[in-house]
Amino acid sequence: MENLEKILAQHPFFKGMPPEHVAYLAGCAANARYNPGDFIFRNGQPANQFFLIRYGTISLEIFVPGKGAVMIETVQEGNVMGWSWLVPPYRWHFDARALELTRAIVMDGECLRKKCAEDPRLGFELMSRIARLIEERLRATQLQLIDIYGKD
Amino acid sequence: MAARQDPMIPLPYRIETVQRETGDTFTLTLVPAAGDQIGPFAAGQFNMLYIFGVGEVPISISGDPSESGKLVHTIRAVGSVTRAMQRLKAGQVIGVRGPFGSSWPLEQAQGNDVVVIAGGIGLAPLRPVLYTLVKYRERFGKVILLYGSRTPEDILFRRELEKWRQRFDMEVSITVDRATGRWRGNVGVVTKLIPRAPFDPYSCIAMVCGPEIMMYYSVLSLKDQGVPTECIYISMERNMKCAIGFCGHCQYGPYFICKEGPVFRYDQVESLLNKREI
Repeated sequence: MENLEKILAQHPFFKGMPPEHVAYLAGCAANARYNPGDFIFRNGQPANQFFLIRYGTISLEIFVPGKGAVMIETVQEGNVMGWSWLVPPYRWHFDARALELTRAIVMDGECLRKKCAEDPRLGFELMSRIARLIEERLRATQLQLIDIYGKD
Repeated sequence: MAARQDPMIPLPYRIETVQRETGDTFTLTLVPAAGDQIGPFAAGQFNMLYIFGVGEVPISISGDPSESGKLVHTIRAVGSVTRAMQRLKAGQVIGVRGPFGSSWPLEQAQGNDVVVIAGGIGLAPLRPVLYTLVKYRERFGKVILLYGSRTPEDILFRRELEKWRQRFDMEVSITVDRATGRWRGNVGVVTKLIPRAPFDPYSCIAMVCGPEIMMYYSVLSLKDQGVPTECIYISMERNMKCAIGFCGHCQYGPYFICKEGPVFRYDQVESLLNKREI
């Protein structure tokens, strides 16, 4: 557990978080490894995990009938992935597939929700960080949507 | 032959080669057709290319500044003149005026890390910078190229990117806005590459070229990393006609982009960028 706590504290997502909060959250964490081609989760499956990527690359994909898998984003070392564990009905809305050997810390969503409910200060801290990520992702999606490199 | 002086008179240049880059982008290599040639250019400058009887357009020079005689222009077919240019063949003659405008701060960049951020066709005006950085590699700190493209099929200068990527003294990261399963690289906007790039924000020069909105967000991200605005340069694009600051078509606030630009230090234009009225 001590190792996981250290790894969590070093991940950019937890940078600057009070050590007691990191220690408390480490109880929800586990190490994971994915081989190239492994699906980490698939669209429609229950979403109960939050991923902190330590190494490797993951492709977030939407399957479009007739077109195949469309990659919407890649996430890499230092990134985090997934917030569907936060919002009912807790289901993934895309597929996540490892493009190369990937190592991650996987945090149990139910455990995180429980700890946030028990300690509202921790909950606010965690939600603020996730809100920042959502804002960044939304901004990136807006740029992708307006097709900045298009002709018009 | 000495360079001609009148900046309004085009000189005839013969098309030596036409290289298809992507579905709508191509590169023309031009050589003087009648002996006279335009003067030497600096990385970031542009020429006015004229198809007789069709029209004239400003196009950045995408070739190596140290190669004299030849002019290389990478062009995207988006309007009537550039579409007509796309149909040109080797051996045909076009008019060239130039070189015009300001250039990228390569001298100032010496001794510093250099971060080159390009989006779409914005890689073309930065290619002369990359040629120079590679040629005089020992004069610069870390050299980082971050390039964003719409799809893998729209990536420009693939062979050169691959060559640069294989160098141990250069960091090249490419991302696309969307891709299908065969693509093994990054997917996402180019600004996402900036926080991961290994440069010293307090000792670097950033050169950014692409759509204005992409440059705007890239600069925000550079500033988030701690890069001072006076170390960030962008290349602006407007409707340039005379190219010597007479006609006013490319006026941008207090500047004529053809003359004071296209390359600006970011703090010169910061208050103008993203203004609906300008």
